[in-house]
Amino acid sequence: MEYTRSELMAIAAARELKDGETVFVGIGLPNLAANLAKRMHAPNLIMVYEAGVIGANPSRLPLSIGDPCLVTGSQSVCTMFEVFSLYLQAGRIDVGFLGGAQIDKYGNINSTVIGDYEKPKVRLPGSGGGCDIALLAKRILIITPHEIRRFPEKVDFVTSPGFLGGKMERQKLKLEGGGPVRVITDLAILGFDKETGEMVLESVHPGVSVDDVKKNTGWDLKVSKDLKVTEEPSEKELLTLRELDPKGIYLGKRG
Amino acid sequence: MLVDDKLMTMKEAIKKFVHDGDTIYMAGFTHLIPFSAGHEIIRQKMRNLTLIRPTPDLIYDQMIAAGCAKKLIFSWAGNPGVGSLHAFRRAVEKGYPNKIEIEEYTHFALISSLLAGAMNIPFFPIKSIRGSDLLKYNHKIKVIECPYTGQEVCVVPPLNPDVAILHAQRADRNGNVQVWGIIGDHKEAAFAAKRVIVSVEEIVDEYVVRSDPNRTLIPYFVVDALVEEPWAAHPSYAQGYYDRDNDFYIEWDKISSDVNLLEKYLEEWVYGVENRAEYVKKLGAEKLMKLKPKNFYSIAINYGLY
Repeated sequence: MEYTRSELMAIAAARELKDGETVFVGIGLPNLAANLAKRMHAPNLIMVYEAGVIGANPSRLPLSIGDPCLVTGSQSVCTMFEVFSLYLQAGRIDVGFLGGAQIDKYGNINSTVIGDYEKPKVRLPGSGGGCDIALLAKRILIITPHEIRRFPEKVDFVTSPGFLGGKMERQKLKLEGGGPVRVITDLAILGFDKETGEMVLESVHPGVSVDDVKKNTGWDLKVSKDLKVTEEPSEKELLTLRELDPKGIYLGKRG
Repeated sequence: MLVDDKLMTMKEAIKKFVHDGDTIYMAGFTHLIPFSAGHEIIRQKMRNLTLIRPTPDLIYDQMIAAGCAKKLIFSWAGNPGVGSLHAFRRAVEKGYPNKIEIEEYTHFALISSLLAGAMNIPFFPIKSIRGSDLLKYNHKIKVIECPYTGQEVCVVPPLNPDVAILHAQRADRNGNVQVWGIIGDHKEAAFAAKRVIVSVEEIVDEYVVRSDPNRTLIPYFVVDALVEEPWAAHPSYAQGYYDRDNDFYIEWDKISSDVNLLEKYLEEWVYGVENRAEYVKKLGAEKLMKLKPKNFYSIAINYGLY
Protein backbone atom coordinates (compact mmCIF):
# COMPACT_ATOMS: atom_id res chain seq x y z
CA MET A 1 0.00 0.00 0.00
CA GLU A 2 1.16 3.52 -0.78
CA TYR A 3 1.72 5.80 2.17
CA THR A 4 3.09 9.23 3.01
CA ARG A 5 6.09 9.96 5.25
CA SER A 6 3.81 11.73 7.72
CA GLU A 7 1.78 8.55 8.00
CA LEU A 8 4.91 6.54 8.65
CA MET A 9 5.92 9.08 11.31
CA ALA A 10 2.65 8.59 13.18
CA ILE A 11 2.88 4.79 12.83
CA ALA A 12 6.52 4.68 14.00
CA ALA A 13 5.54 6.77 17.03
CA ALA A 14 2.64 4.44 17.83
CA ARG A 15 5.01 1.45 17.75
CA GLU A 16 7.07 3.01 20.57
CA LEU A 17 4.15 2.64 23.00
CA LYS A 18 3.81 -0.64 24.90
CA ASP A 19 0.60 -2.31 25.98
CA GLY A 20 -0.40 -1.45 29.55
CA GLU A 21 1.67 1.72 29.71
CA THR A 22 0.36 5.06 30.90
CA VAL A 23 0.88 7.80 28.34
CA PHE A 24 0.44 11.54 28.81
CA VAL A 25 -1.12 12.59 25.54
CA GLY A 26 -0.71 15.96 23.86
CA ILE A 27 -2.79 17.25 21.03
CA GLY A 28 -2.04 16.69 17.34
CA LEU A 29 0.27 13.89 16.23
CA PRO A 30 0.85 12.40 19.72
CA ASN A 31 -2.88 12.06 20.11
CA LEU A 32 -3.11 10.30 16.76
CA ALA A 33 -0.19 7.99 17.56
CA ALA A 34 -1.58 7.04 20.98
CA ASN A 35 -5.03 6.32 19.59
CA LEU A 36 -3.46 4.24 16.81
CA ALA A 37 -1.37 2.20 19.29
CA LYS A 38 -4.51 1.53 21.36
CA ARG A 39 -6.33 0.16 18.32
CA MET A 40 -3.32 -1.92 17.19
CA HIS A 41 -0.92 -3.60 19.62
CA ALA A 42 -1.69 -1.75 22.88
CA PRO A 43 -5.39 -2.16 23.74
CA ASN A 44 -4.62 -1.60 27.43
CA LEU A 45 -2.79 1.67 26.88
CA ILE A 46 -3.95 4.21 29.48
CA MET A 47 -4.35 7.61 27.88
CA VAL A 48 -4.04 10.53 30.32
CA TYR A 49 -4.89 13.99 28.99
CA GLU A 50 -3.49 17.07 30.72
CA ALA A 51 -6.99 18.53 31.04
CA GLY A 52 -7.48 15.88 33.75
CA VAL A 53 -9.02 12.97 31.88
CA ILE A 54 -7.80 9.49 32.80
CA GLY A 55 -8.47 6.45 30.63
CA ALA A 56 -10.14 8.35 27.81
CA ASN A 57 -11.90 6.38 25.12
CA PRO A 58 -12.78 9.08 22.57
CA SER A 59 -15.37 8.40 19.89
CA ARG A 60 -13.80 10.99 17.59
CA LEU A 61 -10.34 12.50 17.28
CA PRO A 62 -10.55 15.78 19.19
CA LEU A 63 -9.24 19.12 17.92
CA SER A 64 -8.43 20.34 21.43
CA ILE A 65 -6.94 18.58 24.42
CA GLY A 66 -10.02 19.39 26.51
CA ASP A 67 -12.71 18.11 24.17
CA PRO A 68 -16.01 16.84 25.65
CA CYS A 69 -15.62 13.52 23.80
CA LEU A 70 -12.61 12.74 26.01
CA VAL A 71 -14.79 12.91 29.11
CA THR A 72 -17.83 10.90 28.05
CA GLY A 73 -17.02 7.23 28.70
CA SER A 74 -13.62 7.88 30.32
CA GLN A 75 -12.53 6.15 33.53
CA SER A 76 -11.93 9.21 35.65
CA VAL A 77 -11.84 12.99 35.57
CA CYS A 78 -9.67 14.92 38.00
CA THR A 79 -8.58 18.52 38.45
CA MET A 80 -5.71 20.03 36.52
CA PHE A 81 -3.64 20.20 39.71
CA GLU A 82 -4.25 16.50 40.40
CA VAL A 83 -3.21 15.35 36.93
CA PHE A 84 0.12 17.16 37.24
CA SER A 85 0.78 16.25 40.88
CA LEU A 86 -0.82 12.88 41.72
CA TYR A 87 -0.19 11.41 38.28
CA LEU A 88 2.79 13.11 36.60
CA GLN A 89 4.94 14.27 39.54
CA ALA A 90 4.22 11.14 41.57
CA GLY A 91 5.78 9.00 38.83
CA ARG A 92 2.64 7.43 37.42
CA ILE A 93 3.30 8.46 33.81
CA ASP A 94 5.48 6.08 31.76
CA VAL A 95 5.62 8.04 28.55
CA GLY A 96 5.37 11.71 27.70
CA PHE A 97 4.92 12.73 24.09
CA LEU A 98 6.27 16.13 23.07
CA GLY A 99 6.73 18.23 19.96
CA GLY A 100 8.10 21.73 19.50
CA ALA A 101 9.33 24.40 17.13
CA GLN A 102 13.00 23.52 17.74
CA ILE A 103 14.74 20.39 19.03
CA ASP A 104 18.50 20.40 19.53
CA LYS A 105 21.44 18.00 19.68
CA TYR A 106 20.69 17.06 23.30
CA GLY A 107 16.93 16.76 22.93
CA ASN A 108 16.11 20.13 24.48
CA ILE A 109 12.85 21.51 23.14
CA ASN A 110 11.90 25.11 22.44
CA SER A 111 8.22 25.99 22.20
CA THR A 112 8.53 29.49 23.67
CA VAL A 113 10.25 31.95 21.37
CA ILE A 114 12.32 32.32 18.19
CA GLY A 115 14.95 34.98 18.76
CA ASP A 116 15.34 36.92 21.98
CA TYR A 117 12.85 36.37 24.83
CA GLU A 118 12.44 40.08 25.53
CA LYS A 119 12.25 41.06 21.84
CA PRO A 120 10.93 37.96 20.10
CA LYS A 121 11.03 37.45 16.35
CA VAL A 122 8.26 34.89 16.74
CA ARG A 123 6.39 34.42 19.97
CA LEU A 124 5.32 30.76 20.32
CA PRO A 125 2.72 29.41 22.80
CA GLY A 126 5.16 28.52 25.61
CA SER A 127 5.52 25.49 27.85
CA GLY A 128 1.99 24.53 28.76
CA GLY A 129 2.60 21.18 30.40
CA GLY A 130 5.63 20.50 28.14
CA CYS A 131 8.36 21.39 30.62
CA ASP A 132 6.58 19.54 33.43
CA ILE A 133 6.25 16.43 31.28
CA ALA A 134 9.88 16.62 30.07
CA LEU A 135 11.10 16.70 33.67
CA LEU A 136 8.69 14.27 35.30
CA ALA A 137 7.62 11.48 32.89
CA LYS A 138 9.70 8.29 32.96
CA ARG A 139 10.60 8.57 29.28
CA ILE A 140 10.00 11.11 26.55
CA LEU A 141 9.16 10.60 22.91
CA ILE A 142 9.57 13.58 20.61
CA ILE A 143 7.64 13.72 17.37
CA THR A 144 8.26 16.41 14.75
CA PRO A 145 8.67 16.97 11.00
CA HIS A 146 12.36 16.87 10.03
CA GLU A 147 13.39 20.31 8.75
CA ILE A 148 16.68 22.11 9.26
CA ARG A 149 15.03 25.10 10.96
CA ARG A 150 13.52 22.74 13.52
CA PHE A 151 16.84 21.03 14.29
CA PRO A 152 19.39 23.69 15.35
CA GLU A 153 22.52 22.68 17.25
CA LYS A 154 21.24 24.70 20.22
CA VAL A 155 17.67 25.87 20.78
CA ASP A 156 16.95 29.61 21.22
CA PHE A 157 15.16 28.89 24.51
CA VAL A 158 15.06 25.72 26.61
CA THR A 159 11.34 25.29 27.30
CA SER A 160 11.39 21.55 27.99
CA PRO A 161 14.80 20.25 29.07
CA GLY A 162 16.27 17.20 27.38
CA PHE A 163 19.87 16.47 28.41
CA LEU A 164 20.67 20.23 28.58
CA GLY A 165 24.38 20.60 27.64
CA GLY A 166 24.96 16.83 27.89
CA LYS A 167 23.80 13.91 29.99
CA MET A 168 26.01 14.80 32.97
CA GLU A 169 24.32 18.16 33.26
CA ARG A 170 20.88 16.62 33.57
CA GLN A 171 22.17 14.06 36.08
CA LYS A 172 23.70 16.82 38.20
CA LEU A 173 20.27 18.43 38.60
CA LYS A 174 18.84 15.11 39.86
CA LEU A 175 15.70 15.53 37.80
CA GLU A 176 12.92 13.00 38.29
CA GLY A 177 12.18 11.74 34.79
CA GLY A 178 14.51 9.81 32.48
CA GLY A 179 14.59 12.33 29.64
CA PRO A 180 14.15 11.81 25.89
CA VAL A 181 14.62 8.35 24.37
CA ARG A 182 13.44 8.75 20.78
CA VAL A 183 12.85 11.44 18.19
CA ILE A 184 10.47 10.31 15.48
CA THR A 185 10.38 12.40 12.33
CA ASP A 186 9.06 12.07 8.78
CA LEU A 187 12.56 11.07 7.65
CA ALA A 188 13.99 8.95 10.43
CA ILE A 189 14.04 7.62 13.97
CA LEU A 190 16.75 8.97 16.24
CA GLY A 191 17.91 7.91 19.70
CA PHE A 192 20.32 9.33 22.28
CA ASP A 193 23.85 8.23 23.17
CA LYS A 194 23.77 6.47 26.55
CA GLU A 195 26.88 8.25 27.81
CA THR A 196 26.69 11.74 26.36
CA GLY A 197 22.98 12.21 25.68
CA GLU A 198 23.73 13.34 22.12
CA MET A 199 21.20 12.55 19.40
CA VAL A 200 22.10 9.61 17.15
CA LEU A 201 20.50 8.53 13.86
CA GLU A 202 19.17 5.00 14.39
CA SER A 203 16.86 4.30 11.49
CA VAL A 204 16.06 5.94 8.17
CA HIS A 205 12.61 5.61 6.62
CA PRO A 206 12.40 3.61 3.34
CA GLY A 207 13.64 5.72 0.43
CA VAL A 208 15.44 8.22 2.69
CA SER A 209 19.26 8.41 2.68
CA VAL A 210 21.53 9.26 5.60
CA ASP A 211 22.51 12.33 3.61
CA ASP A 212 18.87 13.48 3.38
CA VAL A 213 18.64 13.34 7.16
CA LYS A 214 21.99 15.09 7.68
CA LYS A 215 21.05 17.85 5.24
CA ASN A 216 17.98 18.56 7.35
CA THR A 217 19.82 18.58 10.67
CA GLY A 218 21.67 21.66 11.93
CA TRP A 219 24.80 19.93 13.24
CA ASP A 220 27.05 17.05 12.27
CA LEU A 221 24.64 14.28 13.22
CA LYS A 222 26.15 11.04 14.53
CA VAL A 223 25.01 7.83 12.88
CA SER A 224 24.54 4.55 14.76
CA LYS A 225 26.83 1.64 13.85
CA ASP A 226 23.80 -0.58 13.32
CA LEU A 227 21.73 1.84 11.31
CA LYS A 228 18.40 0.33 10.29
CA VAL A 229 15.70 1.03 7.75
CA THR A 230 12.32 1.72 9.40
CA GLU A 231 9.84 -1.09 8.91
CA GLU A 232 7.21 -0.17 6.33
CA PRO A 233 3.66 0.37 7.60
CA SER A 234 1.41 -2.65 7.40
CA GLU A 235 -1.91 -2.42 5.60
CA LYS A 236 -3.70 -2.72 8.93
CA GLU A 237 -1.70 0.12 10.46
CA LEU A 238 -2.44 2.37 7.51
CA LEU A 239 -6.14 1.60 7.34
CA THR A 240 -6.57 2.12 11.09
CA LEU A 241 -4.65 5.39 10.93
CA ARG A 242 -6.79 6.69 8.05
CA GLU A 243 -9.93 5.70 9.90
CA LEU A 244 -8.75 7.90 12.79
CA ASP A 245 -7.95 10.89 10.60
CA PRO A 246 -10.26 10.55 7.61
CA LYS A 247 -10.10 14.22 6.66
CA GLY A 248 -6.32 14.45 6.97
CA ILE A 249 -6.51 17.10 9.71
CA TYR A 250 -3.39 15.82 11.43
CA LEU A 251 -1.50 14.27 8.54
CA GLY A 252 -2.39 16.49 5.62
CA LYS A 253 -4.00 15.32 2.42
CA ARG A 254 -2.63 12.25 0.73
CA GLY A 255 -1.69 12.43 -2.88
CA MET B 1 -33.44 28.94 52.57
CA LEU B 2 -32.84 32.10 50.54
CA VAL B 3 -29.58 33.72 51.44
CA ASP B 4 -29.24 37.02 49.66
CA ASP B 5 -29.47 38.84 46.40
CA LYS B 6 -26.53 37.38 44.51
CA LEU B 7 -28.61 36.73 41.46
CA MET B 8 -28.01 39.48 38.89
CA THR B 9 -27.33 40.13 35.22
CA MET B 10 -23.83 39.83 33.80
CA LYS B 11 -23.81 43.56 33.22
CA GLU B 12 -24.51 44.21 36.90
CA ALA B 13 -22.03 41.58 38.08
CA ILE B 14 -19.15 43.01 36.04
CA LYS B 15 -20.02 46.58 37.00
CA LYS B 16 -20.18 45.71 40.68
CA PHE B 17 -17.21 43.35 41.07
CA VAL B 18 -14.66 44.17 38.34
CA HIS B 19 -12.69 47.42 38.36
CA ASP B 20 -10.02 48.97 36.15
CA GLY B 21 -6.59 47.71 37.18
CA ASP B 22 -7.90 44.48 38.72
CA THR B 23 -6.19 41.11 38.53
CA ILE B 24 -8.66 38.72 36.96
CA TYR B 25 -8.68 34.93 36.72
CA MET B 26 -11.22 33.57 34.24
CA ALA B 27 -11.26 29.84 34.86
CA GLY B 28 -11.94 26.80 32.68
CA PHE B 29 -9.50 24.43 30.99
CA THR B 30 -10.94 24.41 27.43
CA HIS B 31 -14.28 23.62 29.09
CA LEU B 32 -16.70 26.28 30.47
CA ILE B 33 -14.63 29.32 29.48
CA PRO B 34 -16.68 32.39 30.52
CA PHE B 35 -16.86 34.16 27.15
CA SER B 36 -20.01 36.05 28.09
CA ALA B 37 -18.22 37.72 31.02
CA GLY B 38 -15.22 38.53 28.82
CA HIS B 39 -17.45 40.20 26.25
CA GLU B 40 -19.18 42.23 28.96
CA ILE B 41 -15.78 43.41 30.26
CA ILE B 42 -14.91 44.51 26.71
CA ARG B 43 -18.27 46.32 26.38
CA GLN B 44 -17.70 48.13 29.68
CA LYS B 45 -14.28 49.21 28.30
CA MET B 46 -12.33 48.11 31.35
CA ARG B 47 -8.63 48.93 31.21
CA ASN B 48 -5.25 48.00 32.73
CA LEU B 49 -6.38 44.52 33.72
CA THR B 50 -3.96 41.78 34.64
CA LEU B 51 -5.41 38.71 32.96
CA ILE B 52 -4.56 35.25 34.29
CA ARG B 53 -5.30 31.88 32.71
CA PRO B 54 -3.08 28.86 32.04
CA THR B 55 -4.40 29.00 28.47
CA PRO B 56 -5.41 32.56 27.51
CA ASP B 57 -7.53 31.03 24.74
CA LEU B 58 -9.67 33.12 22.39
CA ILE B 59 -11.27 35.03 25.24
CA TYR B 60 -8.06 36.76 26.34
CA ASP B 61 -7.01 37.15 22.69
CA GLN B 62 -10.22 39.16 22.23
CA MET B 63 -9.73 41.14 25.45
CA ILE B 64 -6.11 41.94 24.50
CA ALA B 65 -7.27 43.06 21.05
CA ALA B 66 -9.92 45.29 22.67
CA GLY B 67 -7.25 47.00 24.77
CA CYS B 68 -8.36 45.72 28.19
CA ALA B 69 -5.04 44.12 29.20
CA LYS B 70 -1.96 45.56 30.84
CA LYS B 71 -0.41 42.25 31.76
CA LEU B 72 -0.87 38.56 31.01
CA ILE B 73 0.00 35.71 33.38
CA PHE B 74 -0.16 32.39 31.53
CA SER B 75 1.47 29.08 30.65
CA TRP B 76 0.32 28.22 27.10
CA ALA B 77 -0.78 30.94 24.72
CA GLY B 78 -2.03 29.15 21.64
CA ASN B 79 -5.25 28.29 19.82
CA PRO B 80 -5.56 24.57 20.71
CA GLY B 81 -5.11 22.31 17.68
CA VAL B 82 -5.13 25.37 15.38
CA GLY B 83 -2.04 27.53 15.99
CA SER B 84 -1.27 31.02 17.26
CA LEU B 85 -3.26 33.54 19.26
CA HIS B 86 -2.61 36.39 16.85
CA ALA B 87 -3.77 39.32 19.02
CA PHE B 88 -1.55 38.05 21.85
CA ARG B 89 1.35 37.81 19.41
CA ARG B 90 0.80 41.31 18.04
CA ALA B 91 0.79 42.71 21.57
CA VAL B 92 3.99 40.87 22.54
CA GLU B 93 5.87 41.19 19.24
CA LYS B 94 4.71 44.66 18.12
CA GLY B 95 3.05 46.30 21.12
CA TYR B 96 -0.31 46.53 19.29
CA PRO B 97 -2.83 47.85 20.34
CA ASN B 98 -0.73 48.34 23.48
CA LYS B 99 2.32 46.71 24.97
CA ILE B 100 1.55 44.01 27.51
CA GLU B 101 3.77 42.70 30.22
CA ILE B 102 4.00 38.91 30.46
CA GLU B 103 4.62 36.60 33.40
CA GLU B 104 5.07 33.06 32.23
CA TYR B 105 4.81 29.68 33.97
CA THR B 106 4.32 26.02 33.13
CA HIS B 107 0.83 24.58 33.62
CA PHE B 108 1.92 22.78 36.78
CA ALA B 109 3.62 25.88 38.20
CA LEU B 110 0.69 28.20 37.55
CA ILE B 111 -1.95 25.87 38.94
CA SER B 112 0.26 25.24 42.01
CA SER B 113 0.59 28.98 42.52
CA LEU B 114 -3.20 29.33 42.39
CA LEU B 115 -3.62 26.44 44.82
CA ALA B 116 -1.15 28.05 47.22
CA GLY B 117 -3.31 31.18 47.09
CA ALA B 118 -6.46 29.16 47.67
CA MET B 119 -4.86 27.37 50.65
CA ASN B 120 -3.38 30.53 52.13
CA ILE B 121 0.15 29.12 52.35
CA PRO B 122 3.36 31.10 51.63
CA PHE B 123 4.66 29.04 48.67
CA PHE B 124 4.25 25.71 46.93
CA PRO B 125 7.12 23.32 46.08
CA ILE B 126 7.16 21.47 42.74
CA LYS B 127 9.71 19.17 41.14
CA SER B 128 9.50 20.91 37.78
CA ILE B 129 11.07 23.88 35.95
CA ARG B 130 14.69 23.32 37.06
CA GLY B 131 16.77 23.15 33.88
CA SER B 132 14.33 25.30 31.92
CA ASP B 133 15.11 28.85 30.75
CA LEU B 134 11.82 30.00 32.32
CA LEU B 135 13.76 30.40 35.57
CA LYS B 136 15.84 33.17 33.98
CA TYR B 137 12.84 35.28 33.06
CA ASN B 138 10.27 34.67 35.77
CA HIS B 139 11.89 35.74 39.01
CA LYS B 140 8.84 34.81 41.05
CA ILE B 141 9.81 31.17 40.57
CA LYS B 142 12.62 30.41 42.99
CA VAL B 143 14.89 27.47 43.69
CA ILE B 144 15.32 26.68 47.37
CA GLU B 145 16.91 23.92 49.40
CA CYS B 146 14.43 21.44 50.81
CA PRO B 147 14.66 21.74 54.62
CA TYR B 148 14.34 17.94 54.97
CA THR B 149 16.46 16.43 52.19
CA GLY B 150 18.74 19.34 51.32
CA GLN B 151 17.88 18.88 47.63
CA GLU B 152 17.05 21.76 45.34
CA VAL B 153 13.37 22.31 44.69
CA CYS B 154 11.36 24.95 42.82
CA VAL B 155 8.80 27.03 44.67
CA VAL B 156 6.05 29.28 43.37
CA PRO B 157 4.31 32.08 45.28
CA PRO B 158 0.61 32.17 46.22
CA LEU B 159 -1.68 33.71 43.62
CA ASN B 160 -4.73 35.58 44.91
CA PRO B 161 -6.61 37.31 42.07
CA ASP B 162 -8.94 40.20 42.83
CA VAL B 163 -11.70 38.48 40.89
CA ALA B 164 -12.35 34.95 39.67
CA ILE B 165 -14.96 34.50 36.97
CA LEU B 166 -16.26 31.08 36.08
CA HIS B 167 -19.04 29.36 34.24
CA ALA B 168 -20.73 26.14 35.38
CA GLN B 169 -23.58 23.88 34.37
CA ARG B 170 -25.87 24.67 37.30
CA ALA B 171 -26.33 26.17 40.73
CA ASP B 172 -29.18 26.69 43.13
CA ARG B 173 -30.28 30.28 43.67
CA ASN B 174 -28.04 30.64 46.69
CA GLY B 175 -25.01 29.90 44.51
CA ASN B 176 -24.04 26.34 45.36
CA VAL B 177 -22.26 25.52 42.10
CA GLN B 178 -22.22 22.10 40.46
CA VAL B 179 -19.79 21.18 37.69
CA TRP B 180 -19.11 17.99 35.75
CA GLY B 181 -16.83 17.08 32.87
CA ILE B 182 -13.40 18.70 32.90
CA ILE B 183 -13.17 20.56 36.22
CA GLY B 184 -9.72 22.04 35.47
CA ASP B 185 -8.94 25.03 37.69
CA HIS B 186 -12.47 26.04 38.75
CA LYS B 187 -12.24 25.21 42.43
CA GLU B 188 -8.76 26.65 43.02
CA ALA B 189 -9.71 29.87 41.19
CA ALA B 190 -12.87 30.38 43.25
CA PHE B 191 -11.15 29.73 46.59
CA ALA B 192 -8.09 31.86 45.74
CA ALA B 193 -9.92 35.00 44.61
CA LYS B 194 -11.18 37.88 46.71
CA ARG B 195 -14.41 38.18 44.70
CA VAL B 196 -16.16 35.46 42.70
CA ILE B 197 -18.59 35.78 39.79
CA VAL B 198 -20.28 32.60 38.59
CA SER B 199 -22.51 32.22 35.55
CA VAL B 200 -24.49 29.02 35.02
CA GLU B 201 -26.43 27.33 32.25
CA GLU B 202 -29.38 26.98 34.60
CA ILE B 203 -30.53 27.70 38.13
CA VAL B 204 -32.03 24.60 39.70
CA ASP B 205 -34.03 23.99 42.85
CA GLU B 206 -32.05 23.57 46.04
CA TYR B 207 -33.19 19.93 46.37
CA VAL B 208 -31.45 19.09 43.06
CA VAL B 209 -28.14 20.25 44.53
CA ARG B 210 -28.80 18.55 47.87
CA SER B 211 -29.65 15.29 46.05
CA ASP B 212 -26.04 15.08 44.82
CA PRO B 213 -23.73 17.09 47.11
CA ASN B 214 -20.56 15.41 45.81
CA ARG B 215 -21.06 17.29 42.57
CA THR B 216 -20.98 20.70 44.27
CA LEU B 217 -17.54 22.16 43.57
CA ILE B 218 -18.08 25.58 45.11
CA PRO B 219 -20.39 26.35 48.05
CA TYR B 220 -22.56 29.48 48.09
CA PHE B 221 -20.56 31.42 50.66
CA VAL B 222 -17.57 31.56 48.31
CA VAL B 223 -19.71 33.10 45.55
CA ASP B 224 -20.47 36.85 45.31
CA ALA B 225 -22.46 37.10 42.11
CA LEU B 226 -24.59 34.53 40.33
CA VAL B 227 -25.73 34.96 36.73
CA GLU B 228 -28.11 32.64 34.92
CA GLU B 229 -27.02 32.69 31.33
CA PRO B 230 -27.39 29.79 28.91
CA TRP B 231 -24.64 29.45 26.26
CA ALA B 232 -22.37 31.79 28.23
CA ALA B 233 -19.35 29.63 27.38
CA HIS B 234 -19.77 29.58 23.58
CA PRO B 235 -17.50 29.04 21.53
CA SER B 236 -16.13 26.98 24.44
CA TYR B 237 -18.55 24.34 25.68
CA ALA B 238 -20.60 23.03 28.59
CA GLN B 239 -20.45 19.25 28.98
CA GLY B 240 -23.85 17.75 28.29
CA TYR B 241 -25.33 21.11 27.19
CA TYR B 242 -23.43 22.02 24.02
CA ASP B 243 -20.31 21.06 22.11
CA ARG B 244 -17.17 23.10 21.57
CA ASP B 245 -17.58 25.19 18.43
CA ASN B 246 -14.42 23.93 16.76
CA ASP B 247 -15.38 25.60 13.47
CA PHE B 248 -15.23 28.96 15.21
CA TYR B 249 -11.87 28.19 16.83
CA ILE B 250 -10.54 27.42 13.34
CA GLU B 251 -12.18 30.56 11.91
CA TRP B 252 -10.63 32.70 14.66
CA ASP B 253 -7.23 31.99 13.14
CA LYS B 254 -8.28 33.95 10.04
CA ILE B 255 -10.23 36.65 11.88
CA SER B 256 -7.49 37.37 14.39
CA SER B 257 -4.70 37.38 11.77
CA ASP B 258 -6.19 40.54 10.28
CA VAL B 259 -6.64 43.59 12.51
CA ASN B 260 -9.56 44.85 10.40
CA LEU B 261 -11.40 41.56 10.46
CA LEU B 262 -10.87 41.38 14.20
CA GLU B 263 -12.25 44.91 14.71
CA LYS B 264 -15.24 43.96 12.60
CA TYR B 265 -15.77 40.85 14.70
CA LEU B 266 -15.74 42.85 17.94
CA GLU B 267 -18.10 45.45 16.42
CA GLU B 268 -20.56 42.84 15.31
CA TRP B 269 -20.44 40.19 18.05
CA VAL B 270 -19.38 42.11 21.17
CA TYR B 271 -20.16 45.85 20.96
CA GLY B 272 -23.05 45.19 18.57
CA VAL B 273 -25.05 43.08 21.03
CA GLU B 274 -26.52 44.13 24.33
CA ASN B 275 -25.94 40.88 26.19
CA ARG B 276 -25.48 37.15 25.80
CA ALA B 277 -29.13 36.54 25.01
CA GLU B 278 -28.77 38.74 21.92
CA TYR B 279 -25.52 36.98 21.00
CA VAL B 280 -27.26 33.62 21.23
CA LYS B 281 -30.15 34.85 19.11
CA LYS B 282 -27.64 36.06 16.56
CA LEU B 283 -25.92 32.66 16.48
CA GLY B 284 -29.19 31.26 15.15
CA ALA B 285 -31.16 28.09 15.65
CA GLU B 286 -29.25 26.08 13.07
CA LYS B 287 -25.89 26.65 14.76
CA LEU B 288 -27.32 25.96 18.22
CA MET B 289 -28.92 22.71 17.06
CA LYS B 290 -25.66 21.61 15.50
CA LEU B 291 -23.83 22.04 18.79
CA LYS B 292 -26.38 20.13 20.90
CA PRO B 293 -25.13 16.65 21.85
CA LYS B 294 -27.33 13.60 22.20
CA ASN B 295 -28.17 12.81 25.83
CA PHE B 296 -26.02 10.39 27.79
CA TYR B 297 -27.01 10.18 31.47
CA SER B 298 -24.94 8.92 34.36
CA ILE B 299 -26.60 6.28 36.50
CA ALA B 300 -28.08 7.70 39.71
CA ILE B 301 -26.32 6.69 42.93
CA ASN B 302 -27.80 5.89 46.33
CA TYR B 303 -26.79 8.27 49.13
CA GLY B 304 -29.09 6.52 51.63
CA LEU B 305 -31.58 8.13 53.99
CA TYR B 306 -30.36 8.40 57.59
